[in-house]
Amino acid sequence: MSSIAEASLRHSRSVDETVAFPRKKKRISGRQIAILIFLTICALFFCVPLYVIVVTSLKSMDQIRQGDIFSLPWSLNFDAWVTAWDKSCSGTVCQGIKVGFVNSLEILFPSLVLSIGLSCVTGYALALWNVRWANSFLFVLFLCAFVPFQIIMVPLIMITGFMHVYGTIWGIAVVHAVLAMPILTLIFRNYYKGIPQEIMSAAMMDSGSFWRIFGEIILPMSGNIMIVVLILQITSIWNDFLIGLTYGGIGTQPMTVILANVVITALGEANYNVDMASALLTAFPPLIIYFVLGRFFVQGITAGAIKG
Amino acid sequence: MPRVQFEKIVKTYGRVTVLKNLDLEIEDGEFVVLLGPSGCGKTTLLNLLAGLIDVSSGRIQIGGKDVTDLDPKDRGLAMVFQSYALYPTKTVRGNLKFGLAAAKLDHAEQERRIAWAAKLLQIEPLLDRKPAQLSGGQRQRVAIGRALVKQVPVFLFDEPLSNLDAKLRTETRIEIKRLHDETRSTIVYVTHDQIEAMTMATRIAIMNAGVIQQFDTPDAVYERPANLFVAGFIGAPAMNIFPATISTAGGKPSAVLKGVDSRIDLGGYAFATAPREGDSVMVGLRPEHFLAPNQTDGDVAARFSLPVQYTEKTGADATGYFRTDHGLMAVSVSPDRIGELRQGDVAALGFPHGKVHVFDAAGGQRL
Repeated sequence: MSSIAEASLRHSRSVDETVAFPRKKKRISGRQIAILIFLTICALFFCVPLYVIVVTSLKSMDQIRQGDIFSLPWSLNFDAWVTAWDKSCSGTVCQGIKVGFVNSLEILFPSLVLSIGLSCVTGYALALWNVRWANSFLFVLFLCAFVPFQIIMVPLIMITGFMHVYGTIWGIAVVHAVLAMPILTLIFRNYYKGIPQEIMSAAMMDSGSFWRIFGEIILPMSGNIMIVVLILQITSIWNDFLIGLTYGGIGTQPMTVILANVVITALGEANYNVDMASALLTAFPPLIIYFVLGRFFVQGITAGAIKG
Repeated sequence: MPRVQFEKIVKTYGRVTVLKNLDLEIEDGEFVVLLGPSGCGKTTLLNLLAGLIDVSSGRIQIGGKDVTDLDPKDRGLAMVFQSYALYPTKTVRGNLKFGLAAAKLDHAEQERRIAWAAKLLQIEPLLDRKPAQLSGGQRQRVAIGRALVKQVPVFLFDEPLSNLDAKLRTETRIEIKRLHDETRSTIVYVTHDQIEAMTMATRIAIMNAGVIQQFDTPDAVYERPANLFVAGFIGAPAMNIFPATISTAGGKPSAVLKGVDSRIDLGGYAFATAPREGDSVMVGLRPEHFLAPNQTDGDVAARFSLPVQYTEKTGADATGYFRTDHGLMAVSVSPDRIGELRQGDVAALGFPHGKVHVFDAAGGQRL
């Protein structure tokens, strides 16, 4: 800022009393205080347990036995984290939670590709092509979003068995794709409905090919919604326990299942610090995704297909 | 260059009939404008030709080939859209290229055509930009370029100028006309702007309520409107239309105008069928044909003396509105003299011979 502008600012501040129509200073109101208190309580609901988990994971077992769960650790001690990652026991296998981490990654990518790919193309077809009974199909899909997974669990086991993917990573991926399809298809369909009809008409006159239009025109316009769906799916696939437990084989158990085994199957005393560290390690990847992509998430939800 | 034929086209949406048994033949190399008010079915007709929607019944032929059931891309057409509809994630070059690549043209030919269109439309410096980085006029040129590179025999334009400002619209109008002169392609152009229609078209198809009212040259629709709708739609300010009764007293046909207390001489009017005494007709008088106010000496077809309601001046043009018992009568006045007309003053107006239009009062057809 130039010195003249600064001077004029100072000047205007000094003649505050002579301002023609002074505005009342805004004080914090009772209502705002109430809202702040409410929000603080809400935040505490999440923060207090998180605090306990973090401090416990850094304590030694000696300190944990004292029973004061809110106390800070006597000394910073990452032994529990190393044990959790490398040596904790899931059943009789003591290779740490890293086995689950690798498995989860191996599950994540096929599941993402399958679920997003399937619903993205379905949404594109429903939104932009003349599909007979499209609305009825959407309605059925919408109803399916409300069917609890536990109801279709056993039939799905039979179906994946029939497809010869039961107990493999692809089995888990197929189930993830099926379960995510209703809601993801609706999201993609609504997003693609926002694409101007004329762009689609132009593409129809230029090419007319379902896949070429999808690949060259529509998919490149999907960046925003892809990030939203990616975050939703990474979180739900990573945090999933039941599908991984039910459809995964012995070698394909995701991190959550390994975590449960680690916590459940301690021999002798429960190693709370190792358990907490394992839980935190398991929770980290979606957290990182949120921190990195969170900004785009909000953008993606609010932005339409066309910029500028 | 093919001709385009619509035969017995019907288009219905549920119970709503948009086009009723429509026939239209467009000759080789013509610039046909489909003109009409909103909802008259002109865009529907264009989309039917493009293949973007299907006809309910009827047949469309391009160059003697039945294309009614062909996909849009197989019809040999290119289209320019109102909102330009550029692919937002592709560069200008990518936009031009998409249709060519889809048509599996070899690479050198694609480049040659893009270079040709870019030069023709002066968009060479823009080729590597995205549509979001272009101004409205530039986007419009790219949209036209995307159609041009396909080098098809028939081009379709769907109100391509309506999103441009007035100056750019005039420039682009001339541009499109020039492109038509250079390429000699058949062009079907939809608009609701009669200036565009009058300046560009070789023939205008004026549509209303799904029916083509008149299909003729711009001069003909202005000078010999086929019915009351065309008469009222073409021309700005709109034609003054008054109910009247034919009188053949003394063997000289004339019409007694209701509401303005005047009689107009119809001598020399080329009646399609001879008028009879007492026939109810509608008489149309174009505002721009009136003589200057208060200078009505000499031989005129009709004289009026009416009070001034208000006046309008828009730079080069000025219009006086006179009160009658049948609404206002618009009269074009030289802008230098519009100041002489004061509200409430009674002015003498004269209408010359040979400029009047007479329509059947019942059916609205030209007599």
